Amino acid sequence: MAAAEKVPVHRYLRLGKLPHIWCPGCGHGIALQALIRAIHHTGLPQDRTVIVSGIGCSSRATGYLNFDTLHTTHGRALAFATGIKMANPDLHVIVITGDGDAAAIGGNHLIHAARRNIGITCVCFNNNIYGMTSGQYSPLTPTEALATTAPYGNIETPFDLCELVKAAGASYVARSTTYHARQLEKLIARGLQNDGFSFIEAVVQCPTYYGRKNRLGEAYRMMQRMAERSVPASKAAAMTPEELAGKIVIGELWHRPRLEYTRAYDAVIGKAGDGQ
Amino acid sequence: MPEVARPARKKVLMQGNEAIVEGALAAGMRFFAGYPITPSTEIAELASERLPRVGGRFVQMEDEIASMAAVVGASLAGKKAMTATSGPGFSLKQENLGFALAAEVPCVVVNVQRQGPSTGLPTSPAQGDVMQARYGAHGDYAAIALCPASVGEAYRLAVRAFNLSERFRMPVILLADEIIGHLRESVALPDPAELPVVNRARPTLPPGEHKAYRPGPDGVPVVPDFGMGYRFHVTGLIHGEDGFPTSNPQVVEAAVRRLTAKVTRHLDEVYEAEEQDVADADVVVFAYGGTARAARRAVREARAKGLKVGLYRPVTLWPFHDERVRASVAGRRAVVVPELNLGQMAREVERAARGSTRVVPVGRVSGEPLAPDEILAAIEEVC
Repeated sequence: MAAAEKVPVHRYLRLGKLPHIWCPGCGHGIALQALIRAIHHTGLPQDRTVIVSGIGCSSRATGYLNFDTLHTTHGRALAFATGIKMANPDLHVIVITGDGDAAAIGGNHLIHAARRNIGITCVCFNNNIYGMTSGQYSPLTPTEALATTAPYGNIETPFDLCELVKAAGASYVARSTTYHARQLEKLIARGLQNDGFSFIEAVVQCPTYYGRKNRLGEAYRMMQRMAERSVPASKAAAMTPEELAGKIVIGELWHRPRLEYTRAYDAVIGKAGDGQ
Repeated sequence: MPEVARPARKKVLMQGNEAIVEGALAAGMRFFAGYPITPSTEIAELASERLPRVGGRFVQMEDEIASMAAVVGASLAGKKAMTATSGPGFSLKQENLGFALAAEVPCVVVNVQRQGPSTGLPTSPAQGDVMQARYGAHGDYAAIALCPASVGEAYRLAVRAFNLSERFRMPVILLADEIIGHLRESVALPDPAELPVVNRARPTLPPGEHKAYRPGPDGVPVVPDFGMGYRFHVTGLIHGEDGFPTSNPQVVEAAVRRLTAKVTRHLDEVYEAEEQDVADADVVVFAYGGTARAARRAVREARAKGLKVGLYRPVTLWPFHDERVRASVAGRRAVVVPELNLGQMAREVERAARGSTRVVPVGRVSGEPLAPDEILAAIEEVC
């Protein structure tokens, strides 16, 4: 995909629903554009692609996307998406979620969607905070970081969501950041091409609720810090856990194709046979 | 009105839970998502065996919440979908059942009631979820809940539940109980070819001209399926005719009121009740589900003793038909309401009766069914 190629992003947006609700400097728009460009380059048919989201800042994205879209309950997007994919395996199903949505209330659905290796591409906009409710700590808030519900610093250890879904059985796992928007786009595109459960963590900045509370500066400064903290997966492989502390490992982290769930069920239909 | 009164083909011995699956398949069910829970598990087991044989799909989800979500997703993708559960699972399903009500997604939710509250008595019958079936999800809406009193009726009501869900675009609750779910009896199944099967309306206007949530003259919108090219939006947020969230007070008021009105405006279409020997009755027994079987015998025995007693058996529990119930009970010496809870329906009867008769609740929450002689004793006490 040529970086200079002009992607008709507007074709994939419901322009009448803009402006969006995201705060100035929020990284969600960058992550959303990466997703749109990935859809464009992958050539997914717009009328045969369903985009599902849960609850939170990230999940408002479905309202702006010019596809069949489903804005569900908190954490449940993957469970709704599983029903859609099972009912009509020919549809391309994408889930947009956030760190609270996917890792806390939806954690169970995340690991089981990965375990089934169902043909869904899940993009998690990780801003390390509950933004929609104005700044409570999430399962991806770093230890010691401040949040409105962690006024003395977060005592919990954050998940590594990519390791979690890899262990649970996802066949494609990747991570990038809004600073690395073009890489993020390529990684999502590869996830869309994978016939199975694909998980892409998009690390995004939340200057309003996470950045301000933790004195991380404005959006551009938060993005600079992402760049400074990022380590390519190839390089990370040779680093010690101590060296990797506080780093963001980016790139393709896992890709091991295996039988996709609805295809496995096709075999069940074959075994069961016809009629009574 | 009952939809199925067809000549029977052959008699088969069947369990209530099995009959629900067979009825659902006859109605066109092609997707089931569930989670094991007593006493409804046989429904999931049989669905897993039968669905792939008709090209349908079954999935055992990671929990009850996910099962309900998957059912809603499958229905939006165009398939008739069902889930089944019992008390504790029914509590968990309320979140996405509420979503299906708000987003107007047809589906069927079976609750084979067991003794509660909480995990209660997993293998014992109860009828304690009557009010949860009506008010379990937060916010205002009308619920439809059907209550079978026999294995044959479980089959018929599974068909009817799907038909009503497709007709009104909403989840319909098949509120069975452990008595009916695990009862085995001889049933005469109707010929599937002769069953009235309702399919949801699909848009006739092309994309761009069709509004996914514009209500038709009957108050029900014509929502496309995913993948048809309409590129529409579905949300649990209050939305306007275009399906997108709004906080415009007039739009919100109309949208929420419509969720109730689309059912209550069609009360006579949805409502079904059986009346037996009510015309000259001094005392009416108001009973439903598994308890109605004992009540029927109690009424028969009372008649044999020369007592003028009739049976009113609601098949549609929700919506409640105030006028019809009042007409049937007003002026009687008493209405006896036996039920396996502490008066959930008795209070509704009392409300509808508006003091026109004496309402005598006969409640039981021991995990045992009410016996005919216990109901008869209550009848004799008021006669």
